[in-house]
Amino acid sequence: MSLTAKDKSIVKAFWGKVSSKADDIGAEAFGRMLTVYPQTKTYFASWSDLSPGSAAVKKHGKTIMGGIAEAVAHIDDLTGGLASLSELHAFKLRVDPANFKILAHNLIVVLALFFHGDFTPEVHMAVDKFFQNVAWALSEKYR
Amino acid sequence: NNRVSLFRLLTVYPWTQRYFASLGDLSSPAAIMGNPKVATHGKVVMGALEKGVKNLDDIKSTYAALSEMHSDKFHVDPDNFKLLTESLTICVAMKLGPSVFTADAQDAWSKFLAVVVSAFCEQSR
Repeated sequence: MSLTAKDKSIVKAFWGKVSSKADDIGAEAFGRMLTVYPQTKTYFASWSDLSPGSAAVKKHGKTIMGGIAEAVAHIDDLTGGLASLSELHAFKLRVDPANFKILAHNLIVVLALFFHGDFTPEVHMAVDKFFQNVAWALSEKYR
Repeated sequence: NNRVSLFRLLTVYPWTQRYFASLGDLSSPAAIMGNPKVATHGKVVMGALEKGVKNLDDIKSTYAALSEMHSDKFHVDPDNFKLLTESLTICVAMKLGPSVFTADAQDAWSKFLAVVVSAFCEQSR
């Protein structure tokens, strides 16, 4: 389900509205993912404090949103734009790609929570497709 | 609430419309939102969900008949149940806001829906 021109413009416009709160969104989504899908904690086993709101969770939420910002900036060539992030996830972090869907779900829940006036079904669909395409691009280098 | 979850399902995941030919005009988001049959059916779905909430200790038997109906009569691809739960979760989140729909609330809600979906898939094979 590749992104149409309309999807891309919806995503870019919505990102324009939400990017000022990116750090909060990232921290909240990441924290919720660790709480609601505790199996994802396995990737952070070495961290001492995985509680929502902890400094480590906030920091990593910010890192994640940095990646999302990269993706928005490269929305016309996600595979190219996210190539080095894909390599990182494939060879160093070795995150099972099934988890990208889980994170995307939590990002969508938080976006709906924080921006409920703007998160119309049309925006929801475009963002859902965007995250699917980002996940696909991130999986590119795995095998 | 009745209408919005079903509206979101049919708009965000348009292939789910295949199961709702009897609802009439679903040709555009405006058509879906204005369609009274969608509102009525949304109410049916929420009513069924409420039954689950009232029978949390025995969800499987609460949904035994509905499970059979969805697999044998409607032939719903079980993956679609996840799409509805996604739509429901988003609508509930938007209605309740972050101070009510906390991470713990999301956790419990998502577990509840997973049990409901599992009960619905019971008859699929």
